[in-house]
Amino acid sequence: MEFSPFPRDMFAELERLQRQIQQSVELSPSIRGFARGFPALNVASTPESVEIYGFAPGLDPSKIELQLERGVLSIFGERPSEPVDGGEGASVHLSERFSGRFHRVISLSDDLDPNEVSATYRHGVLHVSIKRHKSALPRRININ
Amino acid sequence: MSEQSAVAGKDTGAEDYGLLPPVDVIEDKSGITLYADLPGVSRENLELHVEGDNLFIDGRIALEMPKEMEATHVEVGRSRYRRVFTLSREFDTEKLTADLRNGVLRLRIPKAEHAKPKRIEVRAE
Repeated sequence: MEFSPFPRDMFAELERLQRQIQQSVELSPSIRGFARGFPALNVASTPESVEIYGFAPGLDPSKIELQLERGVLSIFGERPSEPVDGGEGASVHLSERFSGRFHRVISLSDDLDPNEVSATYRHGVLHVSIKRHKSALPRRININ
Repeated sequence: MSEQSAVAGKDTGAEDYGLLPPVDVIEDKSGITLYADLPGVSRENLELHVEGDNLFIDGRIALEMPKEMEATHVEVGRSRYRRVFTLSREFDTEKLTADLRNGVLRLRIPKAEHAKPKRIEVRAE
């Protein structure tokens, strides 16, 4: 690429494209996740709870809406677009970041307790932890 | 500012690729501003460096995770972000400023004094 006198050359673009395609083929979903939407979600489960991680950078946590209804979690809100510095005469070279309204729905298990939900927002990641109903936890049954 | 993946050659393997964070790049008369989405990266886990004409963004995702956790649905399958940009000479990387808030990196690189646009007078004879 060093021979190109242009700041945004076609070869760099092609390489970037190639890398993106490679990433999507490699079964390692990209954070851009446009096919799946914003925010990208990771879900994990423990014996006592279900943990949801939403990769939602640049949000005001008070404006993120969360709803849990019959084991279905909805996350919605809006991500404002960044104000363009410099005003007139400014040019946008790349614009890849998500902006606008988002709404994601994820179906979780049905043994969750809607009264035992905690949500934190840290470093742009929304972490929702939902406890399972006590009655749903595995119990040892004594044989008399 | 252009992007290049020539550094991929330095990688030990595909594992090191990392995720490609989405960016916005805006240029104005006095410099360039870059926004990068790096959710899950704290200040301590973000490494920025300029080497020659290249700007490296390298961030590690650290999440609070309970024990005995088993992933059931994964959309972010790597724990690193990585992206490299080639800067052109007119940018003054000595004066680069960076700010990381809520997983969004904002980088500002001013143009060197000599590179700022100047109006050229055209005289008619």
